[in-house]
Formats: sequence, structure tokens, C-alpha cells
Amino acid sequence: MTTKSKAKPAAETAAPRMMTGAQIVVEALREQGVSVMFGYPGGAVLPIYDALYGQDAIRHILVRHEQGAGHAAEGYARSTGKCGVALVTSGPGATNMVTPITDALMDSIPMVVITGQVPTHLIGTDAFQECDTTGITRSCAKHNYLVTDVTQLARIMHEAFYVATSGRPGPVVVDIPKDIQFATGPYVGKEGITKPTYMPQRIPKTDAIKAAADLMTKAWRPIFYTGGGVINSGPRASEKLRELQELTGFPVTSTLMGLGAFPASHPDWLGMLGMHGSYEANNAMHDCDLMICVGARFDDRVTGRIDAFSPKSKKIHIDIDASSINKIVRVDVPVVADCAEALDALITEIKALKRKMPDLTPWRDQIDTWRARRCFTYTNSAEMIKPQYAVERLYALTKDRKTYITTEVGQHQMWAAQFYHFEEPNRWMTSGGLGTMGYGLPAAVGVQAAHPDALVIDIAGEASIQMMMQELSTAVQHKLPVKVFILNNEWMGMVRQWQELLHGERYSHSYSESLPDFVMLAKALGGHGIRCNKPEELDAKILEMIDHPGPVLFDCRVERAENCLPMIPSGSAHNQMILGEITGNEVGEAGRKLV
Amino acid sequence: MTDAPKPLGGNGSGPKSAYFLSHADQEIERRTLAVLVDNEPGVLARVVGLFSGRGYNIDSLTVAEVDASQHRSRITIVTQGTAHILEQIEAQLLRIVPVAEVIDITNSKTGIERELALVKVAGTGEKRVEALRIAEIFRAHVIDTTNESFIFEVTGASEKLTQFVDLMRPLGLVEVSRTGVLSIKRGKEKG
Repeated sequence: MTTKSKAKPAAETAAPRMMTGAQIVVEALREQGVSVMFGYPGGAVLPIYDALYGQDAIRHILVRHEQGAGHAAEGYARSTGKCGVALVTSGPGATNMVTPITDALMDSIPMVVITGQVPTHLIGTDAFQECDTTGITRSCAKHNYLVTDVTQLARIMHEAFYVATSGRPGPVVVDIPKDIQFATGPYVGKEGITKPTYMPQRIPKTDAIKAAADLMTKAWRPIFYTGGGVINSGPRASEKLRELQELTGFPVTSTLMGLGAFPASHPDWLGMLGMHGSYEANNAMHDCDLMICVGARFDDRVTGRIDAFSPKSKKIHIDIDASSINKIVRVDVPVVADCAEALDALITEIKALKRKMPDLTPWRDQIDTWRARRCFTYTNSAEMIKPQYAVERLYALTKDRKTYITTEVGQHQMWAAQFYHFEEPNRWMTSGGLGTMGYGLPAAVGVQAAHPDALVIDIAGEASIQMMMQELSTAVQHKLPVKVFILNNEWMGMVRQWQELLHGERYSHSYSESLPDFVMLAKALGGHGIRCNKPEELDAKILEMIDHPGPVLFDCRVERAENCLPMIPSGSAHNQMILGEITGNEVGEAGRKLV
Repeated sequence: MTDAPKPLGGNGSGPKSAYFLSHADQEIERRTLAVLVDNEPGVLARVVGLFSGRGYNIDSLTVAEVDASQHRSRITIVTQGTAHILEQIEAQLLRIVPVAEVIDITNSKTGIERELALVKVAGTGEKRVEALRIAEIFRAHVIDTTNESFIFEVTGASEKLTQFVDLMRPLGLVEVSRTGVLSIKRGKEKG
């Protein structure tokens, strides 16, 4: 039998305050400590918008498209560790939120989405702007609620925050019919709200920690493989990871989602692993004898060919979500726990063992020979800006500031992950699991709203940015000086690269015949536009972008045919990376069928 | 740094990735799971949606509230899959917020499984007598009768019910309604 919890009685509260459903929503948000939310009004949420009117506890950022509100809430959440909040209307408002809700589920981002719904008596009648929001979001949200009784509204609001932020975080949808927003009911506070069926296991089991510590103190070729779970667990997990690494001296690699948990300047940092990860990280993963996976989920972008994945290693997997363990890869020691708690317990246990650990020098020497391949080397040019060079210069000119980086999805995203380096958690916001083009600009809006004094840069591609470019208008309205650094190669670069690699250079519909003039576009939307196509002007123009007090669209014209390397093609193992040029013969017939 | 890329794709067996993960060579097992859930709106849809969304099988499913004071419902699901899939099914079920417990009745080897069927048989003469005689052997009750028909209520293991239905087929079987499997553990312990 597997039991989540024992039932506990909910605490009783005396003489609750009575208010309308709309006021209950705003009061619950206030009590939950929400200071910024993102939304777009419409018929079915007008009572809540009315309750927001004239209050100043919560700042509401009006977006231009509901999807933008969702990604902004994600950016806010990921950069602060707090819960993001979005408020949208019924029907199209809710369906436009489906992409960010799915995105947040895939990347475990805590987010509460409040959707208006048609009045209770109209549900199911195909009323104007009606959709089955809870039905549509059932498989893409961590949990959802349709509120049919105003007396339950306050409890559901608090429960939604608890579910969104605890355990493996994720998006929670609260669908509130308009008549419930008007109805009067009791307000109950967040104290005493429990969910007896839902009690995530935060503290690791002792025997699992003992088994893990035993393996760790005997390993000759160990590696930490860390992921977004370390970031989601909070800053303490990153501190504990650094402490445990200090204690053991093990090399560290990370997934795309985990960048920043371990400082990129550290000598034991191997860089990101996976499809576009570093040669040293992937080879170390392949040849290690002990893999300690912390808050990562063996995604197919990371593992490559699964039957050749790290064949000789014992594997420890720390994850708060038991269903992530043994899902793709069988592990030897499963540890179901919050990362920070598990890492802390490992530190204590390893110290208590007082064991003389194996000498890692041969392993480090091996890693150094891989490092010496310098896998991120590219051929620079004096005539054209290479995209790698652009990100390198952006990093050099912004690393000493309080900088937050978001990205869209594609080649530029991978170049950003390879050439921009992070020392701290919560500084890197990217759509990893779902791979949502259009994520970066609204996410940057959310980050900037949370950190008004920080430098927030969306490293973008010219194709992705067009999916959500209207949100520059949001940034202008709310005085959020985000910088959009577009690596403009006129192609959907990653699509083009795959067509080169897999489809015999048949470039079907991956070239944009018509692109906006991004400098004019910036002006039209009320921002500032900069164009750069000469390597020698790049530094000065990046500095101009940084110094501009408002939002900027930076049209960085880069080499058009550049490929993002190194690369593990789908269906290949970690030690089968393409390092140099793509020849077109790398992938066999079966590999072409993969994504 | 232009190194010749290493040979890719392996030795003719073709590349494999997570997309080609196959457990076809593993044995398929049948499982009966009791899923205790908060009886809140949409909970059954969540459970069933998990099975369809992730491509798991449902052979039978029953659901009813079992504890009104705690709003607890019990969903009994008969499913099948490899050991790896069955482990995932249990872990994924527990991820659903209103799911409190997942009890594996089969695995314990101490579970009792029962099913109830209502079986309508129409006929006259010798066939009618024969139907009644078989019903007696199966300890089926007659719960409705006319001059030309019976409705039998029969309980037992699913195989027994199937056997009963098969025997009724040549004797004028009209229709069958079955509850699906219910299960509970033997002995004094809960779950």
C-alpha cells in the first residue's frame, strides 16, 4: 500500500468576514503575498477587475495577449522563487493561457492562473466566451478547480497556492464563474488550509541517504548531474549543492533548466550537458562510475541514445516527484525528497562517515583532456558577426551587472546557454521542456516587474520574437526597460540546421521572406531600436542598449548559415558528438525519424 | 577543431533513443489497483485521463463513494502492463492531487476480487429449464421473471461470470450488464 498522508482535521476559524467572491480573490492574493500579477480583462472577470480597482497592494501588469500574461508570470516566478499569478477571462482568455500553463507544467514553474467563467447556470450551454476550462487544462495543469460555491472560494484560492508552490511546483488553474464572483461568502485565511491527499515527501529516507553516501565515498569517476529542481527548491539547495561539491570535489554538469545553481566560474564546472552541451560534460556522463542526479529528469535532450546512456555507472536520483524516478532510466538509489533536504542530509552523512575517499586525480586528468578539445570553439569573422561572438560580447559587457537572461527557443537559446555563464540561481529563464517560441519577451517583462533595477535581456531569434513581439508595448506602458537582443539570421535557424543535417539541405519553409524592420518596429511600439551588422561596432551598440533607460529591440544581424555545435544527433550516444562541421551524413535512416 | 565525427548510428541495429523505448520483451502482468480519492468534481476524469493521456490500459473500472463523512471514493481499476509501466502507473496516480492512496490488491496475493453481472435470458421449453438449472449451479439468483425470460444476478470472479455468460449464450442470452471488478484485501488489516 502506498499512502500519501494521514487525514488531518482542518482548523476552524471563528466569525469569518463576509465579502463578495471577487473581493475574496483579491484578499486571498494579498494574503498570499502577491505584489505583482499579470492579466487581461474581459466579460467574465470584470467583478475581479473591479475589486482590483483603486487598491495598491497588488500591481497589475496589463499585457497585450493572454499568453504573454502566462509567460510573464512564469518569468516572475522563476526569477523570484515566488508563485506567479495570471488573471484572464473565460473562453479565448483561458484557451490563450493553455501554452504557458503547459510550459509551466513541463518546467515545474509555480503559477496560479485565475480564469473567469460564464455564470454557473450557463455552464454547458455554449454561452458566449464559454469553454470547458477545467476540461481543457486537466492534462496541462498540475491541478485545477471549478468553483461552484462561494463558501469554498477562499479555501480553494489558498489551496491553489499551496499545491502550486509545494512538492514539484507547477501551474494551478482556478476557474471562477461570474455569479460566484458577485456572490457573498466568508473569507477564511490561509492558516489551517491542508490537503490531506496531497503531502509531498520533503525529507529523505535515512536508508536511501546512507546508500547514496556509501556510493559517493567510494566513487572513482563521479559526476553531479543537476537540474531545474535545484533552482525550484530555493536558494538553499544551490548553497547545499556548492557545499556538497566542496566536500567531495566531484565535477558538476547541469541541464538547461539548472544553469546557475552551480557557478560557471568554478574549476569543477563542466558546462551544460545534452544535445548541445559540452564535450567534457557528455563524455564525463558517459564514462562516469557514479552519477548523482539532483532534480533532473533524464529528458531525451539530455540522455541521447538511451541504451547507450552512461552504461557503466551506478546512479543516484534525488527528486521530489517519485514518478520521475525510474521513468526513463533505471537508477540504483532513488531518493524521494526536496533537493535541499537531501543534499543537506548527504553532507551530514558523508562527514559522519569520515571515510578516506578515492583520489580523483586520474578522473580530473581525463576530464581535462576532454576539456582540451575546446568544443565551443568557432571560426570568428571580421566581416560578419558570428552569433557566438555576439553572445560572448553580451556576456562580457553585462556579467558585472545584476543581469537576468531570458530566451526564446532555437539556436540562439542554445548559444545563450553555451556562451552566457551564470554564477547564481534564478538568473536564467528559458522554456526547456515545452520549447515555446515567444516565451522570452513576456518572461523578461515578468522578470523586470519583479526586479525593477536589474538589467533584463531577452536573447532572441528573429523568428521567435515575432510570436510575442506585441508585449514590447506592455513593457513600454509599465516602464519595464527590457532589452531584446535578437540574433537575426533571417532563418528559423534550428529548423534550418535540422534540414541541413537530416533532410539533404531541402530548406522547406524555414526562411522568412519578409521580416519587419525591427528598428522601426521598436519605434512604432514606443521603444528604442538599434541595428548592428559590423563586428567592430558591436560593443559600442551593446553599451548603447544597456545605457538606454527604456525598452530596446536590438537587431543584431549575424552570419546566416551558422550551425549550433557541438551536437549529439537524435539517436546517438553521449560520446558520439558532432564537433566540427556538419557533413550531412551523420544521421542514419532510423535517426531521421526522431525529433 | 575540425575532428572527423565518430561513426554514428551504431552497428546496423539502428539508433535508439527514448522515443524507441520498448518493453515489448518484458512480461505483461495484470494488476488490480484500488485508488482512494477525494470525491471532488472531476476526480474520475483525472484518473481516467491519466490512463488515456499516457497510453495505459484499463480493462475494468468501478467507482463509488465509500466514506461519505470523509468524501472518500474508491476506484478499482484492472490494468495491465510491464513491471516498469505498472510502477509508473502507481507513481503517476499518486501525483494526482486528490488521490490519497493506491493499493495494489493483486501484488499482495491476498486480495479478493469479485464482480457482479445481470444476465437476461429469453426462451421457452427445454432451454428455459436448462438455463435455470445452470443458474442454480452458479448460485445465480433470479431477480426478475416473465413467462419467456429470466434476469439472473450472479457474483464471483470475473472468469466465473464469463463462463456463465458463455453457457447462457445458446440458451437465449439477450444482454449482459457487468459491474467490473471490485477488490479488497483479506484479513483484518486495511489496504
